[in-house]
Amino acid sequence: MHRYIVSRFLLVIPTLIGAALLVYTLMRLIPGDICMIRLGGGGNSFSEQALAACHAELGLDSPFGLTLKNMPHLWLLQPETYWPVLRAILGFLEYLWRLARGDFGMSMWSGKPVIQEIATRFPVSLEVAVMATLIAISIAIPLGTISALKQNTWIDMLVRTISIAGIATPSFWLGIMSILLVLDVTQAISGHPWMPSIDYVPLWKDPIRNLSIVMLPAITVGYRYAAVSMRMTRSAMLEVLREDYIRTARAKGLLEKIIINRHALKNALLPVVTVIGIEFAFLIGGLVVTEQVFNLNGIGRLMVLSVQNQDYTLTQALVLLVVTIAVLTNLAVDLFYAWLDPRIRLS
Amino acid sequence: MQRTLGWRAACAAMLALALTLPAAADETPKRAGILTYMIPADSAPSFDGHREETYATIHSVAPFYSVLIRANPMDPSSPDMVCDLCTEMPQPTENGTVYTFKIRQGVKFHDGTALTSADILASWNKIIFPPDGIVSPRQGNFQMVDKIEAPDPYTIVFRLKFATDAFIPALADPYAFIYSKAKLDQDIHWYEKNIMGSGPFRFKNFETGQSIEGERNPDYYHPGLPYLDGFKGIYADKQVTRVEAIRSDRAAIEFRGFPPTVRDELKQALGDKLAVQTSDWNCGGIITPNHKKKPFDDVRVRRALTLAIDRWGSAPELSKIAIVHTVGGVTFPGSPLAATKEELQQLAGYWPDIEKSRAEARRLLKEAGQENLTFELLNRSTDQPYKYYGIWVVDQWAKIGVHVTQRVLPTGPWFQAMRDENFDMTVEGNCQNIVNPLADIGKYLPHTVSPSNYGNFEDEAEIKLDDQILRELDKKKQHDLLRKFEKLVLDDQVHAIYLLWWQRIVPYRAYVKGWKIGPSHYVNQDLGTVWLDQ
Amino acid sequence: MTDIAPTPTGATLLVDDDYVAPRGIWSATIRFLRRQPVGTVGIVIVAVFGLCGLFADVIAPYNPTANDFSAMTEAPSWAHWLGTDQLGRDILSRILFGARTAYIVGVTSAVVGGFSGLVLGVGSAYFGGRTDLVLQRILDIVMSFPLIIMALAVVSVFPNGFKMSIFGIAISTGSVSAVIFAITIPLIPRCARVVRSSALAVREVPYVDAARALGYGHMRIILAHMVPNVVAPFLIMLTSFVGQAILAEAALSYLGLGVQEPVAAWGLMLQGGAEEYASTAPWIAVFPGLAIMLTVFGINLFGDALRDVLDPKMRER
Repeated sequence: MHRYIVSRFLLVIPTLIGAALLVYTLMRLIPGDICMIRLGGGGNSFSEQALAACHAELGLDSPFGLTLKNMPHLWLLQPETYWPVLRAILGFLEYLWRLARGDFGMSMWSGKPVIQEIATRFPVSLEVAVMATLIAISIAIPLGTISALKQNTWIDMLVRTISIAGIATPSFWLGIMSILLVLDVTQAISGHPWMPSIDYVPLWKDPIRNLSIVMLPAITVGYRYAAVSMRMTRSAMLEVLREDYIRTARAKGLLEKIIINRHALKNALLPVVTVIGIEFAFLIGGLVVTEQVFNLNGIGRLMVLSVQNQDYTLTQALVLLVVTIAVLTNLAVDLFYAWLDPRIRLS
Repeated sequence: MQRTLGWRAACAAMLALALTLPAAADETPKRAGILTYMIPADSAPSFDGHREETYATIHSVAPFYSVLIRANPMDPSSPDMVCDLCTEMPQPTENGTVYTFKIRQGVKFHDGTALTSADILASWNKIIFPPDGIVSPRQGNFQMVDKIEAPDPYTIVFRLKFATDAFIPALADPYAFIYSKAKLDQDIHWYEKNIMGSGPFRFKNFETGQSIEGERNPDYYHPGLPYLDGFKGIYADKQVTRVEAIRSDRAAIEFRGFPPTVRDELKQALGDKLAVQTSDWNCGGIITPNHKKKPFDDVRVRRALTLAIDRWGSAPELSKIAIVHTVGGVTFPGSPLAATKEELQQLAGYWPDIEKSRAEARRLLKEAGQENLTFELLNRSTDQPYKYYGIWVVDQWAKIGVHVTQRVLPTGPWFQAMRDENFDMTVEGNCQNIVNPLADIGKYLPHTVSPSNYGNFEDEAEIKLDDQILRELDKKKQHDLLRKFEKLVLDDQVHAIYLLWWQRIVPYRAYVKGWKIGPSHYVNQDLGTVWLDQ
Repeated sequence: MTDIAPTPTGATLLVDDDYVAPRGIWSATIRFLRRQPVGTVGIVIVAVFGLCGLFADVIAPYNPTANDFSAMTEAPSWAHWLGTDQLGRDILSRILFGARTAYIVGVTSAVVGGFSGLVLGVGSAYFGGRTDLVLQRILDIVMSFPLIIMALAVVSVFPNGFKMSIFGIAISTGSVSAVIFAITIPLIPRCARVVRSSALAVREVPYVDAARALGYGHMRIILAHMVPNVVAPFLIMLTSFVGQAILAEAALSYLGLGVQEPVAAWGLMLQGGAEEYASTAPWIAVFPGLAIMLTVFGINLFGDALRDVLDPKMRER
């Protein structure tokens, strides 16, 4: 078992290196660069010297060389492709070396350290993710269980409809509609349209204001999350309830409530926890659209910005962060599975 | 002698008074309050106005700085510039090539040090003659400047290579903040991350990706200003957030401008709690053909494509949904040098009879053998107004049987595609910081002269004409030469297909007073004259 | 498929001997409809939208891309049943043609992604060892990689003029193909993972080794044993992928990286109207949103019913 754990942990590293390579290459394949966006984005004319100076400043003046135009030539191994490819590889190795020393570099857009840019925004995303998870769990497990117990009754149909609707609704559309709903309802009731405060305050500084900002996005995200978890809970409960030992327990005359809580639920929770874990891993990165809709200053929005601005260093760091969270969460889920199912552990 | 002096002093005093007090004499400005406004961006890339080209920087830090001359805050649409740090607008000497500015005395930076012409010299040298490695994107606007001198602490002299009317508007560049020479000597990049100026407000706080705050500068040199105790600018890239903020009074105003639907929505929601100011915008949309790609090397094809577009008919309709409005040529429509409607209607694409225009377009296409023309329009993935331009022209061209698909790219790849000459036709914008009709036409010159032109063509006659225009000092002759230039660019050679000029619509809470809209969203942003009627 | 008998461990993972073959596809369908009313609703919804998309040229009252400045932002009326958008384009027509785009994007992404995932998942489970290890890491990376970067890279780099046409119906431009490509990529590892875990359960069974010992080739064992076992979860995944792909197209279009104007696509219609016109002309955003919701809803209902049908046959322990 220990060997399994250690080996899985060690495997995280090549995964991260692979992710770093992928983002490094992809970002540089995208035509254009941050200097053009910064200088020309407003539709104004700019001087070529300014562009050259900007390139020199950000290290973009030695071109990567690897563009889609000359990629076919790679197969012909002509000398003029050796040098850019070699330079690209060296650049990547240098990047890895700096990463290993903990140096994530400066954001090419703002000039501030990448760590600082991410650190100021991470708490918001984390808070929304955690709150969404809490909302999801508190809705999904009871409703999923009830739906399983009352299979094929109208309650079951209702819960299933709600959960499928949750999966089927585009989350950003739901978010926009909910913002407008709140505005219209508060205007109708009080005459003044209300919207949550725009600038974020941490939970400990002003809990009411913080919750007012985070609540609506958390509910929007949590609804979809709950929908997925609800379905998993229902199907897991259905499977467990069909098991022989449940039938035996019933035959023995145990109270239904004890059967559900002590036997069925515990066993059904395994796949449910798995699903919750996997969804959480994607949640952090998936907040991209939600944060856009609600204008939250989180890492999802930061990712959209850094990608649009073609800010290589910031994007690379963000991708590593998201991939790390996803990989570690999946690892935790796999270890949990292995702990419970010896067959897989020993393979 | 005594009488003349007294008379001049009285005039100067009245002028100073007129410049410092708001125009509305019936309302007394209240000296209190914090203005909260929205900034339509996620953040400013840096605080250094000299190096950036985005209004995010202006809206964030303009209140902290002074400039040498500027557009009149009381009338930003006027082509006449006024002094900020100087005492009066000088008349040029030595055949119009030397401008001598006298600087106010007693101006202090926020750290207490005195502002002298040495600071102005250092700042302007950074802009016009940047040292190696310093980014100065608007350097090209100042090609007429030969040298800047500061003979004494309160005088600054600009020597030009040739006399031109394009200099003063260029000098009123809203990005030309006056920095402290001491700070620049210490570290020429200091102002990218730090703020210290001599403007109406002092730097208070900056939250990354959230907001920027300033508080009143008690030592401001314009007496009585600023009225506000302070301001807070909140960053919000999403239009919905900004609109809802104004609707729920979390913010009072957003200075860039909204599409007309937002104005309608806010009007409906807020009634007379809302005020709206509109203005023509010194921004326009152009379609640039790639002259090197067949069949756009044939002027008949280019001409046909501009003839097909019904500008006069579409403008009123599009102005309801997009930030476009006025039909115009290459000169800003609000400028005295702009073409009249009759003059415009002579140009291809501006004829009053669209059916005749389209018939001619079809005829030209047939003559050029391009009846079933199909091509791809490169566009930028920005909503307003690029998306609308794209949908509109594709539909217009469909009416003469031309089938066009769009290739919409995000900003970076879109730029690269243009620079790589990898497009058939592209939609571009042409925005200038300040209205400078003689210089603004530089965009249409071939790439050898104007690096931001992606049309891939040569035209010696055009370059000569532009040079003539720059050096012409007589207003009437300027107008005529501009018409000649316009005809060459839009009609004879169709180097560019001009679409529509933008309109700037700023709906805001009615308690905000003292701010006047102008044709540029970069101008008049130091908030010195703004007050709140609350 | 019954040439290998069930083993003593009871892994009747192949063919259910009690299962009576239906007397034809028709009676199988009737049985399905009767047993799964909910699933039937799902199929009906999916079929209706599918037919709308297929016959949009014939049914749609207006050209979906024609601007009509005299009818901008009109509320639903007899002339325009679902109203018009801000450029005067008929929303009903755009929704009908949008169904076509949605199905093309959805089905293509799901099929290509699903089958690629199937191959990778089964291969990874079968060959095990180092192949499995490396493949799993690569799939981990791709699965957790943010879609937005992939989509931006694809949109910027995709060759222009890549046209597709299915059954002679021309699907416009590079942007649809680019979106399909971008959406397919994250689907592959998801499918591979699920398929792999189902296939792994078979891998451990001794008769596979026995089959190898007997000299059966890799392909035969894979096709005869592993694939049938994973067909059920695979099909269910496919149906859910179609829904996910449609939602992903909506999200990408919202971010500006999806299908581009003036192609009629539901996500793009939402992006155009959702925020700006949500209070003044709600029909611009509501109807495309409803279309997406209904279609994905129907697809999920069908997928659920499919799972209920396939589940008992698979689950003999």
